[in-house]
Amino acid sequence: MTAIAPNTTGRKLGLVIDLDTCVGCHACAVACKEWNDGGHMAPLTDEDPYGREPFGVWFNRVHAFETQPESGCGGGPASTRTVHFPRSCLHCEQPDCVTVCPTGASYKRAEDGIVLIDEDQCIGCKLCSWACPYGAREYDSHSGTMKKCTLCVDRIYNTNLPPAERRPACVMVCPTSARLFGDLGDPGSDVSRRVAARGGVDLLPDLGYRPVNKYLPPRERRAAADTAPLPDAPGGADIGQRLLGWVDRLLSR
Amino acid sequence: MHPAASVILFTVTSGMGYGLLALLAVLGSLGMLPPDPGLGLAGLGTALALITVGLLASTFHLGHPERAWRALSQWRTSWLSREGVLAIMAYPPAVLFGGGWVLAGRTDGVFALAGWLTALLAVLTVCCTAMIYASLKPIPQWRNRWVMPGYLAMALATGAAWLALLASVFGIGRGLTDIIAILGLGLAALVKLAYWRHIDSAAPIATAAAATGLGGLGQARLLERPNTQENYLQKEMGFRVARKHANRLRRLVLIGGFGLPLVLILAASFLPAAMSIWLLALALVGVTIGALVERWLFFAQAKHTVTLYYGAATV
Repeated sequence: MTAIAPNTTGRKLGLVIDLDTCVGCHACAVACKEWNDGGHMAPLTDEDPYGREPFGVWFNRVHAFETQPESGCGGGPASTRTVHFPRSCLHCEQPDCVTVCPTGASYKRAEDGIVLIDEDQCIGCKLCSWACPYGAREYDSHSGTMKKCTLCVDRIYNTNLPPAERRPACVMVCPTSARLFGDLGDPGSDVSRRVAARGGVDLLPDLGYRPVNKYLPPRERRAAADTAPLPDAPGGADIGQRLLGWVDRLLSR
Repeated sequence: MHPAASVILFTVTSGMGYGLLALLAVLGSLGMLPPDPGLGLAGLGTALALITVGLLASTFHLGHPERAWRALSQWRTSWLSREGVLAIMAYPPAVLFGGGWVLAGRTDGVFALAGWLTALLAVLTVCCTAMIYASLKPIPQWRNRWVMPGYLAMALATGAAWLALLASVFGIGRGLTDIIAILGLGLAALVKLAYWRHIDSAAPIATAAAATGLGGLGQARLLERPNTQENYLQKEMGFRVARKHANRLRRLVLIGGFGLPLVLILAASFLPAAMSIWLLALALVGVTIGALVERWLFFAQAKHTVTLYYGAATV
């Protein structure tokens, strides 16, 4: 149903993406494509895959952004940063992609908040992709239907998989653990605690979609003092400190 | 936003059809147009044909047109669904009103009631079409207070241009229909000017920093796209051609779609019927081309927040 269920379990399954540790390797995007090409929303069509203009459906796309402090002083090249930015469905609490759907094909599950598409009901009007500010929906011209991230609903509830593998493919594959999966409706969950500790943010909060997925902003850079020479402490009391000072001097040559 | 031909054709022709239908229904029910069978058949026939062509054109936009009937189910939340429901609801009273006009030669009593209902449903359907766009938060050029007046005024102007031509062909109610067409075109021009002024001066709703949550680090600028070729999002939401020629196209709409037809209709109103038909037909051609260009611009000029992930600094 296109209306958002008023009675939910309070469970809000989603992802937390750590922009501090994401290295932009695109493994999440590739693993997602691989799993979902045979899963719930399969196939994810590729057109002209080996030709001049490959064109296809992906649920995850990794962008790279450069940030620059706004103020003139303290700015400059030293304070610019490169941030790898994975983008996928945020399984919003207020998903307009669901409410605009004229057929009821688009729906948000009351039990866990996952936003899905019933492909047998989708008429391919594309209105949901217009309603999503995050670009989380992509049209598949071969099936004539819209496709989107399922949060690997066919992995996370799959009792044939060992419990440790009942996580989305993008989370399983991430080499730096920049993606975490869990219940963001439970304040005591690992993901919720991480969001609280790191000041996790919503994307485009002013638009009112209330995304479940959170992004952890990059940590502050370590001060330059961390790489300055260690204080020379000859005759100091601590033998360990003296040894480190000696190693530092040796390596600094 | 990518301007799909089927959606432009749908919104323009259905708007024309509902405009003409509403005008005939209101003027007929008020007794301001006599129930002449020729005018009734041609007028209501044209209106329903335009509406039907428009609705059929809209299904060409779909990946699964054979499932279009499903779109009627979600009227509680979806403006697209509401539009479909109202569009279908408008047919029975329109047919009853048309039957009274053409077959019984009457537009009073129950037929007048059917006429008022027809006009109401026609106006509400156009409102729903507008709301499909005006309800989309990620597209500021669509989600603003000038979009619904724009759709209503364009439906009125294009429908009135048809009515003026038909009235001239059948030699009925000419002075009145000319005045309505002139007022409709003037109103539509003013509303579109206000709409363009609004979208040109409105403050952006979002930045790349807000789209990435990186505001804490200052400004954000796209360094690398995720893909080397264009994807669906870029083709559908990142359409770029129109903004370059926007001012020229707006002048074309103002002069060819509103100004010239207005002068032609004004001139026609001083001419005998036989000569006025040609001017009014020319005016209708101008209005139609103007409406198509205006609707193309409406789509092509709209910027979606997803472009923030592909290089736009603000939307």
